[in-house]
Amino acid sequence: MMSASAVIFYILSVFILATGLLAVTTGKIFRSAIWLLFSLTGIAGLYFWLQMEFIAAVQVVVYVGGIVVLIIFSIFLTQRSGKELPAPLRGRAILSALAVCAGFLLTYPLIGRYHFKTRGSANHVMDASVGNIGMQLLGTSEHGYLLPFEVISILLLAAMIGCIVIAYKSKPGDK
Amino acid sequence: MKEIPLEHILFVSTALFFIGIYGLFTRRNLITMLMSVELILNSVNINFIAFNKYLYPEKMDGIFFTLFIIAIAAAEAAVAIAIIINLYRNLNSIDVEQTDEMKY
Repeated sequence: MMSASAVIFYILSVFILATGLLAVTTGKIFRSAIWLLFSLTGIAGLYFWLQMEFIAAVQVVVYVGGIVVLIIFSIFLTQRSGKELPAPLRGRAILSALAVCAGFLLTYPLIGRYHFKTRGSANHVMDASVGNIGMQLLGTSEHGYLLPFEVISILLLAAMIGCIVIAYKSKPGDK
Repeated sequence: MKEIPLEHILFVSTALFFIGIYGLFTRRNLITMLMSVELILNSVNINFIAFNKYLYPEKMDGIFFTLFIIAIAAAEAAVAIAIIINLYRNLNSIDVEQTDEMKY
């Protein structure tokens, strides 16, 4: 008899994988974006199940609220959303499915055979509260992550400026 | 939560990774390829969180790596969509078969 927690995990897993599979196989691009949205929400649920509330919140805010909305906007800007995508060539689809299955069958038995030394939660209770994450993320002590944090902020600034430069509409005269 | 072995979570992330790879192989549209890349990045995030939780519960490095990957994925999606929109303006198509201007 499985506990409720295990049942929730398996339901979440099936949900994530099924919606992910639909996102890469469905024929209409807008539906694909919506299936991706469901899959990312399921992953946020998985983070909640792992008791990582902050990561789950970041997942919902950045992925579901940011990236998927950006993708949907770009779908609206570049094509008619109801249009049927051309189906992949049959040979290419079969070959990719074979390659993917081979990769999975090569990788997963290796993972299953490696015995991870899972440590008991008795002596170490993980404290992933927001305060703790913030103190260590911005800490300059031994395990602090202040320097990567600053590098990421510069990267985001560079990406923002790059986006503006790339998408900037040049005047019809100058080429 | 601990009664689920780590291997089952890794099964989900591995399967999600290969679903993303399948999408990357079969899709010929730049936006749907970007979606596949997002799935792959998410499978990596699941791995980081699960390893952090199961193997090193006294540390938090997996959380930080996940946060950095999410930030980089956001930047990557923004730049990619800027490129896609610019490409659409120039070629009137976002099919990868037609984006061969820099090929020859």
